[in-house]
Amino acid sequence: MKMVTLTIDNKTVEVPKGTTVLEAAAKVGVEIPTLCHMKLDNLEIENKPGGCRVCLVEIQGRKNLAPSCVTEATDGMVIKSSSIRVINTRRTIVELILSDHPAECLTCAKSGNCDLQSLAIKMGIRELHFSGEKSVHREDKSPAIIRDMDKCIMCRRCETMCNEVQTVGVLSAINRGFNSVVSPAFEQDLQDSACTYCGQCVAVCPVGALTERDQTGAVIRALSNPDKTVVVQTAPAVRAALGEEFGQEAGTLVTGKMAAALRRLGFNYVFDTDFAADLTIMEEGTELLDRLTRHLNGDSTVKLPILTSCCPAWVKFIEHNFPSLLDVPSTAKSPQQMFGAVAKNYFAEKLNVDRKKLVVVSIMPCVAKKYERGRDEFAVDGNSDVDFVLTTRELSHLIKLANIDFNTLPDEEFDQPMGMSTGASVIFGTTGGVIEAAVRTAYELYTKKPLPKVEFEELRGMEGLRHATIDFAGLPLHIGIAHGLGNARKLLEEIAAGRSQYHAIEIMSCPGGCIGGGGQPFHHGKSEILKKRQQAIYQEDRKKPIRKSHENPFIYQLYEEYLGEPMSDKAHHLLHTKYFDRSTVFEQDGNASETDDKN
Amino acid sequence: MEITRDLKNHKVQLSENAIALVKKICRRFNYEEGELINILHAVQSQFGYLPAEIQELIAKELDISVAKVYGVVTFYSFFTMKPKGKYPISLCMGTACYVRGAENILNEIKRQLNIDEGETTPDGLFSLSSLRCVGACGLAPVLMVGEKVYGRVAQADVRKIISEYKAGCPTHPSKE
Repeated sequence: MKMVTLTIDNKTVEVPKGTTVLEAAAKVGVEIPTLCHMKLDNLEIENKPGGCRVCLVEIQGRKNLAPSCVTEATDGMVIKSSSIRVINTRRTIVELILSDHPAECLTCAKSGNCDLQSLAIKMGIRELHFSGEKSVHREDKSPAIIRDMDKCIMCRRCETMCNEVQTVGVLSAINRGFNSVVSPAFEQDLQDSACTYCGQCVAVCPVGALTERDQTGAVIRALSNPDKTVVVQTAPAVRAALGEEFGQEAGTLVTGKMAAALRRLGFNYVFDTDFAADLTIMEEGTELLDRLTRHLNGDSTVKLPILTSCCPAWVKFIEHNFPSLLDVPSTAKSPQQMFGAVAKNYFAEKLNVDRKKLVVVSIMPCVAKKYERGRDEFAVDGNSDVDFVLTTRELSHLIKLANIDFNTLPDEEFDQPMGMSTGASVIFGTTGGVIEAAVRTAYELYTKKPLPKVEFEELRGMEGLRHATIDFAGLPLHIGIAHGLGNARKLLEEIAAGRSQYHAIEIMSCPGGCIGGGGQPFHHGKSEILKKRQQAIYQEDRKKPIRKSHENPFIYQLYEEYLGEPMSDKAHHLLHTKYFDRSTVFEQDGNASETDDKN
Repeated sequence: MEITRDLKNHKVQLSENAIALVKKICRRFNYEEGELINILHAVQSQFGYLPAEIQELIAKELDISVAKVYGVVTFYSFFTMKPKGKYPISLCMGTACYVRGAENILNEIKRQLNIDEGETTPDGLFSLSSLRCVGACGLAPVLMVGEKVYGRVAQADVRKIISEYKAGCPTHPSKE
C-alpha cells in the first residue's frame, strides 16, 4: 500500500494513499469539527457530500480553504486546522446555517442531542450576525416519524440511509438553491409513500428535522387514569442501551434498573417482550420444521426459505417491493404483537378485566413498532392489542420527567408470568439472534437430542450479509442472515429468481439489528457503540439460567392452559398474521395517527 | 397528447400509446440512470409537461426511485409538472416593457383569469408565464398568446383579448 506523509497542525502523520485529510487528522488526535459527514466504520456506511463546509482547513499553497472530509491527503501537504482564518470562516459558516434554522432549541425534541447545537457551543457563538428569509415547510406527521423540514440543514445523511443503505428510496433532495429540501416524491406525506418507518433517517439526523412521534404524554395520561390497568413490555435491545441516556458506558446492561424504573412510573405489571420472543420461537420454529419436513418429504407446494417476520419495517418493505413473495415470510406475528394478543386475551381474562380497560404499552428500540401497533389487523373492534409504543429514548424522557434517579435504583425483577424469559429471547435484539434462538429450539425438536453447545458463533457478527450451515444430525440446514434493508433486498432478489440456497433467513431492517434501531439513544456516528450493545446482549444471554425458548416454564404453561400446541387453531388465531400487497396502494392503511390522545 | 386529465383529482390517465412512447424513449437511452435528464427532456417535448404518473413510469423503467426522478424534475426550471393551457399567455417583463407598465398588465391578467404566474386555469384554456424580452421593444408592452404577438397593450385590452380566445381561437377559427 502506498503511503503519504503530511503535516497537520505541526504534527507529522503517515497514512495510506486515499485517506482523507479529516481521517489523517484524527490519527494524530486533531478532531476537526464536522456536521454533514458521517462514517459508521464497521457497517461500511459513509455520508460525505462535502456540503456543510464546517470541516474546512487551510492547506499551504492553496488559495481557498478545503473541506477536509472530501480532500485526499497527499504527500508533503501542510495543513492548519485551527488558524484564525479557519476559525473565523468556520464560525461564519455555522452562523449562516443558524440564520436559516428555527431558534427553538428550548422546545426541540433534539435539544441536548443536536449536532448543530453542540457545534454552536463549540464555536462559542453568542450572537447571530445574519438574518434573512427562513425556510418554511409543512410539517409531516406519520404514525412513526415526524418530519419538520424547517430544521433541515441539508446534510443528506437521511438520504444516504434511505437510498444507499436501505434501498427504500423514499427520500430525495428536491428543488434547488434556497428552496431545496429532502422530501418524498411529489412532496407527499411519508404515510402515503413506501416508507418502511425503519427510522434510520431519524437515527442519523444531526438536528431535529426527523424525530419519532412522541407518545409520552398519552402514556402519562393512561398511567394516571384509575380506571385503567396498565401493562408494559420491554424489547430485548432496550436494556442494552437505556443506560447510555443516563451517562452509563455503552454496553452496560440495565435490565434490573429498567424494571425498577417502570414500577416507579406506576405501571401495574412490568412484563417483558422477551417472553413473547420465546413464544415467537415456538410458533416460528414449529413452522420452520413443518415446512422443512414437508419439503424433505417431497411436497412441492412448500415455500422455502422461511423468513423471520419480527421486524415491522422489513415486513412493510416486502409488502411494497416484493408482493409476489408474501407467502415466504413466517406467518408468526412479531413478539410485540404476540405480547399484545396474549395480554389483551389470556391475561385480561385472568385478571377479569375488559380488554378496553387494559392498556398495553411497549418500550421498543424502534420507531416502526409505532406504525405496526396501529395496523388494522392487530385490533379487535377498534381496540389495538398494543396501545402505545415508546422508544428507548422516550422511556428515558419519562424517567427523567418523573424525577427518578435511574443510576441509584435497585435491580428488580420483571413481574410474572409474562416477565419470564430465556437467553434465546434476549438475543432477538441483535442481528443473528432470532435465527440462533430458532435454531436452538428447532434443533432439539427435530433431532430430539439436546444441543451439544448452545451458542452458535457461526451465526454471529456484524457483516451485513452472512451465511452458515448448521448440522441438524445429518441434515445440513443452510441459513442466511441480513441486516440493513439493502442487504435484505439482495437475498429477496435471489428468492424471486429461484436461486436461493437457504432453508431459513433472518432479516432485520436496522444495521446491527434492533440494538441499532431508530428509537435507540443516538450513536452520533460512533458505530463501536453498536458492537458494545451487541456484546451486552450476549452477556445477558449467558447470565440466564434457561437459554432455550421451549424450556421456558411459562410458555409451557400457556400452551397447556390456553393455546393447546404451537400452530393450533387458537395459536393461529392469536399469534399469526397475514401480509398485504402494498406495491401500488399508497393509501393510508387505517393507521391510528389521530387516535393518539385517546385512552 | 394522449393524456386524459382528471382535473378534479389532479390525476392523469396515460393512454397505452403514451405508455408505449415513454417506454420507447427509456429504451432509446438504454435505461441508463445517467441519461435521466435526456429522457425527461425527450418525454417533456412529447407531452408538454411531466405529470407524476409519467415520472413514476420512468422511475420504474430505469429501476430508480420516484423521489430521485422528482428531485431532478424540480431541480431544473426547464422541467414542468404543470400542463400549459391551450392558449399559453406570456407577458414580456423585459426593461422596455416593464417601464411601459407591463406589471399592470400582468396584474390585470391575473385578476381576469384568477391564476398566478406558472399556473393554468381550471378549464385548461389559459396558462400564464412571464419572460424577459421578446425582441419587440418598439411595441412595448408586449404580450403573446401562443405564437401571436400583441403590442402596445393597454390594461383595458386584456379583457378583450381573453374574451376573443374564450370565444374560440381568433387565429385558427376553423380548429374550434
